[in-house]
Amino acid sequence: MKPGIAVRIVVLVLLVAFLVTPQSFAFVFAPLTQNGQPPIYTQNSLLNLTLNHLLIVLIATLAASIVAVGLAIVVTRPAGAEFLPLSRMLSNTGQTFPPVAVLALAVPVLGFGTAPTLVALFLYGLLPIFENALTGLTTIPPDIEEAARGTGMTEWQRLVQIELPLALPLILAGLRLSVTISIGTATIGSTVAASTLGEAIIAGLINSNLAFVAQGGLVVGILAILIYDGLRALERQLAARSGLRVR
Amino acid sequence: MPVSLPMALAAAASPARSRLPFDRLGLVVAVLAVAGALTPFAGFRANRIVPGTGVGLPDALPGWELALVGSVLAAAAAMALMRLAPRFRLLISLAALLALAIAIGDAARFLTPAGDKISRTSPATGFWLLTLAYALMASDAVARLKLKPWTRIGLLAAIAAVIAAILWSGLWNDLSVLREYANRADSFWREAGTHLVLALGSLLAAIVVGIPLGIVCDRVLPLRAVILNVLNAVQTIPSIALFGLLIAPLAWIAASVPGAAALGIAGIGIAPAMLALFLYSLLPVVANTVAGLDGVPPETEEAARGMGMTGRQRLLQIELPLAFPVILTGIRIVLVQNIGLATVAALIGGGGFGVFVFQGVGQTAMDLVLLGAVPTVALAFAAGAILDAVVEMVSRREQAA
Repeated sequence: MKPGIAVRIVVLVLLVAFLVTPQSFAFVFAPLTQNGQPPIYTQNSLLNLTLNHLLIVLIATLAASIVAVGLAIVVTRPAGAEFLPLSRMLSNTGQTFPPVAVLALAVPVLGFGTAPTLVALFLYGLLPIFENALTGLTTIPPDIEEAARGTGMTEWQRLVQIELPLALPLILAGLRLSVTISIGTATIGSTVAASTLGEAIIAGLINSNLAFVAQGGLVVGILAILIYDGLRALERQLAARSGLRVR
Repeated sequence: MPVSLPMALAAAASPARSRLPFDRLGLVVAVLAVAGALTPFAGFRANRIVPGTGVGLPDALPGWELALVGSVLAAAAAMALMRLAPRFRLLISLAALLALAIAIGDAARFLTPAGDKISRTSPATGFWLLTLAYALMASDAVARLKLKPWTRIGLLAAIAAVIAAILWSGLWNDLSVLREYANRADSFWREAGTHLVLALGSLLAAIVVGIPLGIVCDRVLPLRAVILNVLNAVQTIPSIALFGLLIAPLAWIAASVPGAAALGIAGIGIAPAMLALFLYSLLPVVANTVAGLDGVPPETEEAARGMGMTGRQRLLQIELPLAFPVILTGIRIVLVQNIGLATVAALIGGGGFGVFVFQGVGQTAMDLVLLGAVPTVALAFAAGAILDAVVEMVSRREQAA
C-alpha cells in the first residue's frame, strides 16, 4: 500500500505543477504537434478550466446525493412504499440513457453553457447513489431492525442511528461511482459550451492538435483516478471506524 | 439482481395504504396530467430555427378529436387514482399513450397550413408532461406485475411494432423531427448502420478478447491486478479524449504498415472510434468474467477434479457455464454503454447518430438533435431491457439445473 500512496502523491504534485505552470511542460506535448502548433492550450487557463470542471462536478454531486438519499429514505418508509417498485425500475432504466443524449436534450430547455451540463450531471449522478442507498436501506439484517424496535427506538431514531449508518458504506460507494462518471461526462459538456477541460480537447479535435487532446484527457483521467482512490480510502476508514467491512 | 426487501415491504403491506382512499402514485400521475393539459401541447414555428409559439391542447386538435382524446386522457387520469389491478392500469395507461401518439400527429397536421413545407410543429411541454404521466403509470404497472422475461420482451416488441406502424402510416409525417428525417432519410439509415456496426462490432471484439483475458486473470493472480488496474485507468479517460488520442497511432499505422490502409485503418473515421469503444468495453467483460469464475463454488470444482476432468474440461463444462450469467451481465453493461458512447464517434468523423446530435447542437436546430438522440435512447433502452430479460432467463435456468 505504501508505494501506491507515494506514486499517487507524485502524480498529484506533477498534476498541480502542470496546472500552475503548463508552459514548463511544453516539451512533453511538443512531439504531438505538427507544423509549429502551440503545444499548450492557452485560450483559457488550464487551471481555471480544471477548477471549473471540479466545481461543476461538486455541485452536481452534492445536489444528487441529497436528493438521491432523500428519495431512497422516502420510498423505504411505509408512507412512500407505493413508489418503491417504480423508483427501482426508473433508476435501472435511467442509467441506460446515454449522457450525450441527456446533455443534448437539456439544451433546448436550458440553453447553452454550464446549466445543461449541471442538469445532466445531476440526473446522471442521481441514479448510482439512489440505487445503492436503496440497496443499503432495504438489506438491513432483520434481527438488527428487530432489536432496535425492541429497545423502543422510534422510527426516526432507527433511521438515523441504525439504518443510515449501516447503509453509509454502500451510499459512499454509489457516490464514488457517480463522481467518476460525472468527471468524464463533464468533459462532454464542452460540446454544449460549458467551460470544462473538454474545451481543450474539442479545440484539439477541431484544429487537429493532438497535444490539446492529450493534455485535456490526461488531466481528466488523473483527476478521476485520484478522486476515485481518495473516496475509496475514505470509505475504508469510515467502515473501519464503524466496525463494518467493505469489499 | 433485485434484492429482497424484507422490512420495507412488510411495513408497507397494508396499514399505510388503506389510510388513503386513492393510489398515491395515481395522484402524481393525475397532477402531472392536469399540468400537462394546462401547458402548451404543441409548438408552432414559422421555420426551423425561429422561436415558436405554444398551442394548448384545445386549439391543437379539431373539435371531435379533441373530445375523444380529452375524454380518454381524463378517464385514464381518473382511473390512475383508483386502486385497480396492475394489469388494468397497464392497459389504461397504454391506451392513453396511444391516444397521445395519435393526437400529436394529428395536431401537427391540423396546425400546419396545407402545402407548407417550411413551418415546423413539434411536441411541447404539455405533450411531454402527459407522456411522462402515463409512462410513469405504465412503468409502475409493469414493475408491480413482475412480468416474466419472455412477457417483457413480448411487450417491448409489441410497443416497437405499434411505433413502427405509426411511422409507416405517415401519421407523424408533419412533426418537425420527421421533417428533418425526410430531408436526410438516406444519411439517417447510413448513420444508423454505422452506429450499430460501432456498438456491436466493438462488443464482439471485446467478447473475443475479454473472456480469454478474464480466464487468464482468474488463473494467473499476479496478472489480475495489473490487467484490471490498466483497464480501470482506461475507463477514466474521457471518451472524447480517447477517441481523439487514437487518431495519431492509427494514422501512423495506416501510413507505415503496408496493407493497413487497404483494410480501412485510418487516423480519422470509424477505426479510432471502434478501437476506443473496444478499449472501453474490455473492463466490464474481463472484470465480470473474473467475478463469474471466482463465484464458482470450490466444492463444485473439487468434485469435477475428483471425477478426473482435465483443466480444459472443467473450464468448458463446469466453470464457464456457471460463470455465464455474470459474464452476460458484463455484456449487457457494455452494449448499453457502447450504444451511448458511439454517439461521440461523430466528433472524430466516425459517423453514427451523433452526427445529427452534434450538427443539431451546432445549428441550434433541436429537431435535428432529437433525430439523433431519440433513436440512440430507444436503442439503448431496448438493448438494456432485452439483455436484462435474457440474464434473468439464464440465471433462472442455472438455478433450476
